[in-house]
Amino acid sequence: MIYQGKQRIWSEYQKEIPTDHWFYVRSCIRQSFFPASEKTFLEILRQRLGKDVYETPHHTTCGGIAYHSEAIPQETMMTIIARQFALMTEAGYENYVCSCITSFGLYSEVIEDWREFPELEAKIRENLWKATKREFKIPTYLAHASDLIYKFRNEIAEQAKFRLVNKATGEPLRVVEHIGCHYSKMFPSKGVGGAEYPYVLAGMVESWGGEVIDYPERRHCCGFGFRQYLVRANRGYSVSNTHKKFESMEPFKPDMIITNCPGCPYFLDRWQYVIAEQTGKTYGQDGYGIPVFTYEEVAGLVLGYDPWDLGLQTHQVAVEPLLDKMGIPYKPEDKYKGLNGKELQRPEFPMNIKCC
Amino acid sequence: MIDFGYGLTPSATLKIENVQNPLFEELHRREPDVAKCIACGSCTASCSAGVFTEMSLRRVILSLQRGREKETLPMLRHCMLCGKCLLVCPRGINTRHLILSIGKVYGPDGLKEEADR
Repeated sequence: MIYQGKQRIWSEYQKEIPTDHWFYVRSCIRQSFFPASEKTFLEILRQRLGKDVYETPHHTTCGGIAYHSEAIPQETMMTIIARQFALMTEAGYENYVCSCITSFGLYSEVIEDWREFPELEAKIRENLWKATKREFKIPTYLAHASDLIYKFRNEIAEQAKFRLVNKATGEPLRVVEHIGCHYSKMFPSKGVGGAEYPYVLAGMVESWGGEVIDYPERRHCCGFGFRQYLVRANRGYSVSNTHKKFESMEPFKPDMIITNCPGCPYFLDRWQYVIAEQTGKTYGQDGYGIPVFTYEEVAGLVLGYDPWDLGLQTHQVAVEPLLDKMGIPYKPEDKYKGLNGKELQRPEFPMNIKCC
Repeated sequence: MIDFGYGLTPSATLKIENVQNPLFEELHRREPDVAKCIACGSCTASCSAGVFTEMSLRRVILSLQRGREKETLPMLRHCMLCGKCLLVCPRGINTRHLILSIGKVYGPDGLKEEADR
């Protein structure tokens, strides 16, 4: 195919992402799983890049977990989302960015539903008015937080203190990028690169010096889902999905995994422990696992943040092998110290997967 | 080992490269075109016998590849060798000849047995 033709086709897979003035909503579960990721995101955008990102303490869950596990009906979820949009409208913003992939999929779904069924939108507007006396505008632009980091990946690379390169060998680190299913599999046009060639994380990795691994199960689900995890008896299905991915990526010897979803890094991280305890198998080097990161954590590492300020001690799989590869200095004695220097409780260590 | 109350379930994926299938290899040696099939189903869609019976050449080829000939070989007894599938195959496979070769490789007796049922 001629080069111009390729460029034209690729341009159809791009997404318009405004550069400034965003209304930000957090994720319910990321703050407990990866406590510093959202803080790092806001700090990078506000302090490092000088962007206007507004956040309100009045926002709530999007209702995604309850909706996907059939605990609340669609209208309830839509009214919750309408309230979030009302908060954005009241704050005077038009660009809406969310931290969670489940929320992103849900917002996309709701906006699409309202476009298709205007009478449903009218009903939700009425529900919201009756319940809260609020009105809302639908966001002009909807983005996921990883879209913004992708948008500013080259600016971050310019300020980088470390790169995704093995300091000892000079070789690029081999990175598995895992995109959350609800990012672009449901509404391909809403994600960078669509469902076929999602580029949001690959673009970051390439800009920051790493090498993306293309392995057979690259687009397979991490296994989170909702119902297969919420019900204990179904968790074997969840861990089997993760196992399938690890078996597939193992021959490519990845140094790390980067993800953009709340559930994926959690499950890819924690299931490595479960697989190790059940089968004795580990996928990293020397009995370690493969460290799993959120994109904010990777951006923070690249920009030279202290690993323990990024909350990397809350990961199940030890991150120290990767820090050593990148040449990032860290104090092992500070790993389990809180912000005030007070010693936090130390975790119990697993039997079959090595931790530092 | 810790019992978490749940565990890994083996994958249902069939790895064709691990399947020992000498009969299909013999068929491939006689009829190299069988490897060209992309399972598009044009043959099945145009099959006269398929309208009234379960005959599906696409399913037959796939099941032979997977070593599950017993499941689909009996279908071939419905084939009338009319050759319509040959006309529509986008890969240019001589399907009528292929069906005859399947009969030779997998044993005419076997097919006959099924036909006598």
